[in-house]
Amino acid sequence: MYLNQFLFLAAFLFCVGVYGVLARKNAVLVLMSIELILNAVNINLVAFGAFHDTVAGQVFALFVIAVAAAEVGVGLAIVLLMYRNRHSIDLAEADLLKG
Amino acid sequence: MLRNAWVIPLVPVASFWLILFFGKKLPKKGAEIGILALLLSLGLSLAVATQWIGTEGTVPVAHHGADAGHGAPAKDDHGAPAEDDHGKPAADAHGGEAQGGDEELKRAPVERKFLWWQNGDVEVTFGSLIDGLSVAILVMVSIISLLVHLFSMAYMHGDRRFTHYYAALSLFTSGMFILVVAPSTLQMILGWEMMGLCSFMLIGHWWEDQANSNAALKAFFTTRTGDIGLLVGVSMLFFLAGQSFDVMHINNEALAGHMSQGALTVAAAALLLAVIGKSAQFPLHTWLPDAMAGPTPVSAMIHAATMVVAGVFLIARLYGVFFQGFEIGAGDGYSPVAMVGGLTILIAAALAFVQADIKKVLAYSTVSQLGYMVMALGVGAWTAAVFHVVTHAFFKAGLFLGAGSVAHSGSHHSFDMKKDMGGLKKHMPITFWTFTICSLALAGVFPLAGFWSKDEILLGAGEGGYDAFMYIGLLGAFMTAAYMTRCVYLTFFGEARGAAAHHHPHESPKLITVPLIILATLAVVTGFLNAPGVLKFTEWFEPAFVSNVVTHHDFSITTAIIGSIAGAAGIAVAALYYWRNLGPHRLTERSGAARGVYRFLDQRYYLDHLYTGVIVNGIKGPVARAAYWTNQHVLDGIVNAAGITMRALGRFIYKYIDQGLIDGTVNGAGVGAEESGTALRTIQTGRVQNYAAVLFGAVAVIGLTLVLTSG
Repeated sequence: MYLNQFLFLAAFLFCVGVYGVLARKNAVLVLMSIELILNAVNINLVAFGAFHDTVAGQVFALFVIAVAAAEVGVGLAIVLLMYRNRHSIDLAEADLLKG
Repeated sequence: MLRNAWVIPLVPVASFWLILFFGKKLPKKGAEIGILALLLSLGLSLAVATQWIGTEGTVPVAHHGADAGHGAPAKDDHGAPAEDDHGKPAADAHGGEAQGGDEELKRAPVERKFLWWQNGDVEVTFGSLIDGLSVAILVMVSIISLLVHLFSMAYMHGDRRFTHYYAALSLFTSGMFILVVAPSTLQMILGWEMMGLCSFMLIGHWWEDQANSNAALKAFFTTRTGDIGLLVGVSMLFFLAGQSFDVMHINNEALAGHMSQGALTVAAAALLLAVIGKSAQFPLHTWLPDAMAGPTPVSAMIHAATMVVAGVFLIARLYGVFFQGFEIGAGDGYSPVAMVGGLTILIAAALAFVQADIKKVLAYSTVSQLGYMVMALGVGAWTAAVFHVVTHAFFKAGLFLGAGSVAHSGSHHSFDMKKDMGGLKKHMPITFWTFTICSLALAGVFPLAGFWSKDEILLGAGEGGYDAFMYIGLLGAFMTAAYMTRCVYLTFFGEARGAAAHHHPHESPKLITVPLIILATLAVVTGFLNAPGVLKFTEWFEPAFVSNVVTHHDFSITTAIIGSIAGAAGIAVAALYYWRNLGPHRLTERSGAARGVYRFLDQRYYLDHLYTGVIVNGIKGPVARAAYWTNQHVLDGIVNAAGITMRALGRFIYKYIDQGLIDGTVNGAGVGAEESGTALRTIQTGRVQNYAAVLFGAVAVIGLTLVLTSG
């Protein structure tokens, strides 16, 4: 089995995710990009687990998925409140912490 | 109970606080607390005394009987041999020496000590030391104080500071108890000073009157003068005894000859100064007659049970120091202690003749009797002195309370015998009889208490090699008898004068007469305690360390007869002078010399003029002026110069250091923070994605670094 293909896929997904987080204005898309990053990591974990013939990688990936679900729940709630208060989910406008 | 005697002083202390806090709310305004506390103290003291008398003697002592016949037994026995007393108490050394000889067993003192505080190796303790001396004085003080408490209920009835009076009376008693049971010299100082304070409060009880307030101050300051000696003496003994405050240790070390003789003499002299102040010996006796300004029961307390007895007690308690320091046992006819006492006897007795105030007669009589006690201690008659303390306490308290009774019901609060008394015999029979019995006891008439104790003192002086002091004692006995007869005559006989004639004199209430009867009874019976053949006082109350050094003399019928004749002669002379109107009446009007003597006595030897006029005013006048000048010119100059310098320095510091350096630093710090904040705020965009970019960039850099370096 070739580990490289999985690692390349994961790296590609990771880069797409980072680009999404940094470049997108839409808060929901940023959340989705974070999911991409997490899933890129998951692919890595499962791939290395299969490579070393253990289930540890899969178990770890399951944990990551569970935590990601919680993170999305909180994140979407924030986005919802942001929309209610400002009628916009543009991250560029949410700069109240500007020094 | 012997080991728990330390609770006895605490009972009146507790009563003091209780009276102070709750006295005013009680039906009898606090008097009941004081009386109950004193009843308890008396019960405890009697328990201590019973147990003490019931204790078996265990300490062997060398017996110096009169039949031993050697002139200076005490010094010869323990002065020289240094090799047989390696830190052993003197008693052991003596027991060894007296083997096979005449020896008896004495009760061992019972000590109980609690650590008060500790400083290095020096432990300061409080607690109780019970031996014959403290037992005898404890019982005596409890009885007198209880009777005074009872008497005061009637005498002080309706007084505006009745409650405070009782509180102070309790504290006064506890001060004496603390002194009496003290196992360490520090505790002695505590009790001693407590009494000084309480006497000040009680003498100045009616302080609204300037004279009373002055008398209180005089008593306090005069005794304080002597207290300097106490502090010096105790400090010296502390070092002489190898850093110890322990009374018995100091006594044993002194008697064993472990202390430098010169230093010991100086320490004893310093303590003697304290005794002169506290026990009103010449020339510091002037405060005691003035102390009559206080309520009469207080005078009874001060004169009989507390305060002045403290000085005599100090000599008796630290007898080893005095005995060795002044070489009393040498019997060379010369001893500073005896000289102070002897001088006091005569000087005070002479003053008693010219007083019109009945309390002042009694006051000078006390001074004179204290002279007897101090003289007795000075000639080595320890037991006679302590015995006289006890017997004198009873009849002198009886006399003072009697005088109080006369003033209360007979002469309308006046103490002037010449103006407001006379002829009171038929109106106040109980007061008259008790007063007369106590006077006879004081005059030393057989077989009353004063006879036995005075006889022992005369015997001790005569047989101990101090003949001169025996003659002084005899002369004193003559004078005592004469002035007491004068006092009784002026008060109870003759024509009623002044208040006694116009204010319907009557007998005092029971609360006053009962204490009088008890005291008169005690004045009759106490003397038999140490009558020849009985000698219980010596057996019970003479501590071992004293028995080791003093000489006991057998009863001498000759001395007794001569002493009695002196007393009888005094009574007879005075009686003839007043009743039969014989002798040189109106001498002062006819003879210039007699007038001079009278004036000299009336002005109390001009001692008060010396103290206030010369010493106090001398200090007040020129010394104060010189001090003022120094203050204005020298001290103020220094202070002003310092002020100006400081102002200039301050200005310089303000201008350059404060404004320039410190403010510059502070402002610089502020400006720096502001500028760097302005510079840094530009990167705080508030955009999440900028922060994320930095985050990822940083992670990328760290990851790259790891990859390259782990290579």
